[in-house]
Amino acid sequence: MVRPKRNRRIYISPDFKGFSPIGAINKSSVVIMSFDEYEAIRLADYELLHQKDAALRMSISRPTFSRIYESARRKVAQAFVTGASIVFEGGKIYFDSNWFLCEDCNAWFNSHEHDVSKIYCALCESKKTLRFSDIEFESDTSYLSCPKCKRTACLKEKKQKIACPDCKIELQ
Amino acid sequence: MKVAITSVGNTVDSSVDSRFGRCSFFALYDTESGNVEFVENNEKNAIEGAGPAAAQFVASFGVQKVISGEFGQKVKAIFDQLKIQLIVIQDEKTVADIIKML
Ligand SMILES: [Zn+2]
Ligand SMILES: [Zn+2]
Repeated sequence: MVRPKRNRRIYISPDFKGFSPIGAINKSSVVIMSFDEYEAIRLADYELLHQKDAALRMSISRPTFSRIYESARRKVAQAFVTGASIVFEGGKIYFDSNWFLCEDCNAWFNSHEHDVSKIYCALCESKKTLRFSDIEFESDTSYLSCPKCKRTACLKEKKQKIACPDCKIELQ
Repeated sequence: MKVAITSVGNTVDSSVDSRFGRCSFFALYDTESGNVEFVENNEKNAIEGAGPAAAQFVASFGVQKVISGEFGQKVKAIFDQLKIQLIVIQDEKTVADIIKML
């Protein structure tokens, strides 16, 4: 069984669509913020994770995280200073049992075909495909948070115990 | 069969645009004739509803597959209803790379 890296495009989206300034003159100016960018700000500036941990949580490299975070900060600043609206990109799909991963070309595709023997990659026609629900994802780091202040830490090993540096209670 | 591929530019050497609703261009590839046509995505900077509008737009060309880096939930619902298959690519590829695979 292959263990593909977790697809970082699977997100829990915010339940609002964006921000608009009060009494803005130029209503048409818009800053589009991707979910990667939203997530970078949420993890670094809201959950106060270190960039290293935030990158781990998004399953991306530290330099990639820095780049996304920088871009996100610039967009927030641009909107804040110029009175542009911020629009989040629409909520992304969650893969389900109708989605397949091609082991040859690494593409995902959806299919409503029930007969597995008739499933082949919609892009390269390979027969080496895996149903999403049958894939074991690489269990990355586990995340614990402080029951009081909600601060999060990510741990390499699940057994590790760690206390919140502020509240001195064990993270759960 | 016609296939739509989201593209950052209007040539086959352009990279696949990872966004669906806000991509720059759609490459419309006809697998039988081998023709590729590029159409601009006018929804690119829309404040709301870029995805669904772009979905209706590409569907109007009679495509049976749509290839991009990601799709929104509303977009998926529209394509499901129209029985249009979705393909999500994870690696950086150009439109020409995709065409070679089809
Ligand atoms: Zn494939
Ligand atoms: Zn705490």
